[in-house]
Amino acid sequence: MNTKSGVVYDARGLVEPDPEPPMTAVIDGDTAVIDATDLTTRKINLELKRIVYDEGVNDVTIVNPGSKHSLGVGILKRCRITFEGSPGWYACGLIDGPEVQINGRVGWALGENMMSGSIVVEGPAGSLTGAALRGGDIVVKGNVGARTGIDQKGGTIITLGKAGINTGFMMQRGRQIICGDANDGLGDSMYDGFIYVGGRIASLGVDCVPAEMDESDHEFINRKFEIHDLGTPPELQKFECGKVLHNYDALEPSERKLVL
Amino acid sequence: MCGIAGIIHRDGAARIGDELTAMLNSMKHRGPDSTGYAIYGPADEMVIVRFVLAEPNDFTGFGMDEKLERNRAEVESRLAKIGAEVATIQNETGYAFRATIRYGGDLKPLADYLEDIPGCKVLSLGSSLEIIKDLGDAATVLEQYSLAGLTGTHAIGHVRMATESDVDLASAHPYWAYPFADVAVVHNGQLTNYHSWRRRLERMGHRFQSECDSEIIAVYLAQQLEDGLPLETAMKHSQDDFDGVYTYLVATGSELGIAKDEMAAKPLVLMETENLVAMASEEIAIRALVGTEVETRDPFEREVLTWQV
Repeated sequence: MNTKSGVVYDARGLVEPDPEPPMTAVIDGDTAVIDATDLTTRKINLELKRIVYDEGVNDVTIVNPGSKHSLGVGILKRCRITFEGSPGWYACGLIDGPEVQINGRVGWALGENMMSGSIVVEGPAGSLTGAALRGGDIVVKGNVGARTGIDQKGGTIITLGKAGINTGFMMQRGRQIICGDANDGLGDSMYDGFIYVGGRIASLGVDCVPAEMDESDHEFINRKFEIHDLGTPPELQKFECGKVLHNYDALEPSERKLVL
Repeated sequence: MCGIAGIIHRDGAARIGDELTAMLNSMKHRGPDSTGYAIYGPADEMVIVRFVLAEPNDFTGFGMDEKLERNRAEVESRLAKIGAEVATIQNETGYAFRATIRYGGDLKPLADYLEDIPGCKVLSLGSSLEIIKDLGDAATVLEQYSLAGLTGTHAIGHVRMATESDVDLASAHPYWAYPFADVAVVHNGQLTNYHSWRRRLERMGHRFQSECDSEIIAVYLAQQLEDGLPLETAMKHSQDDFDGVYTYLVATGSELGIAKDEMAAKPLVLMETENLVAMASEEIAIRALVGTEVETRDPFEREVLTWQV
């Protein structure tokens, strides 16, 4: 936080109207608990950042998140964050490093633009899960909504339930493993990356085509299931980009980097 | 962006005015411009008429009090002429009124006759439906219309962020399916073939009170119900006929339903227990109703669900 002419700015140079964390967390050694019941989104996030950055606590539990939006965003440090209950929309966006455990459900756009770390959701997740995901793992043990992994640029999304319409829409890199059914338009207009589906596929999107599973696919899927203790993966079909709409292999590496 | 919400109490009437206000207030960020309620109480042998005689924005105009008084007298006179016996008329805000009448005739001539009075808009007609809507957030409308303690078995509501039309009552949801009794709709989204469907419904003899695409959903569904189709079938037909992105809630005296478009572009979260069904654009609204962690789910694309009350 910087103070200039009595106005407080955050690290991005934006005005922070009320920069004081509530100081309500209960800290016990390397663990802390934040009760979010009576706190606003801004106060919850200020407290979380205080605990993780200023106090150096590495294991934080947020109880009673109450489906509030934008919780746990922008944490750029390795740590463990547990939500006892359900966060709302845009949970844990732009994180780089944390291991997040959500013991509940979650709203739209979980882990948007996440860079590294992991998010495990015990219940279902809404639409746009892992939008523009760049790295790390998102595991959803229930169903996911429409357009999961839209514009995905890396990382892995594992869904144990069903996936909604246009899952993998304009996916550019990374992998998705869907153990249940996938609705219409799977992988529509994808540029690159792989989608594995265990259940029924209502229809493939434009330029999403079946591919042969090879040893590296099995090794990758088994490794991910083992890391997240998900048991034995089901039989999966593999899909990839047909390279008709978008074929970046024809581009120079510098151009490719620019596009992706 | 707008917010929609609905509640069904399967075990009888509850304080639905307070409950829906809590849900709508929690979604104020989705639309602070106007708030509306369609509340269903127990069916009455009376017809309940909710109407306004001016827009809230007009109310400060010169000579408005006298004009409203004249028009209110004209409403009572016309009700008497058409054969309706007025039991009560309450003036709630100066421009918004609630009347109960004994009337066994066709509702369309009644509604047309009242709407012919300058400034008069019939917000709802029916034996159990009451539509209350005004500018501002839910807490404002609750206080303005004394909705605290209002009981009902089911209700739908809406908070509006004005994007394509004015901030006024004509553009506020819920929409009553003029002139069908007890049918109301709230909607989040845009219908892209609105004009062609509006012309089609107008050619069938329907009239509309607004320029809002959501109003045609209400009239479209009510016409199909009138033709004898079940609500669920009518809603499935709407998914074939309407283009665009939408999630809408529809309520009648005995049913409540939800429909999502084929792209699932607009959100909805649903909670269903033995005695209570609640739905809203965001889970935070359901939490405002029940307070604790509950099991919820997002209906999928093209999903249609209906519940008997």
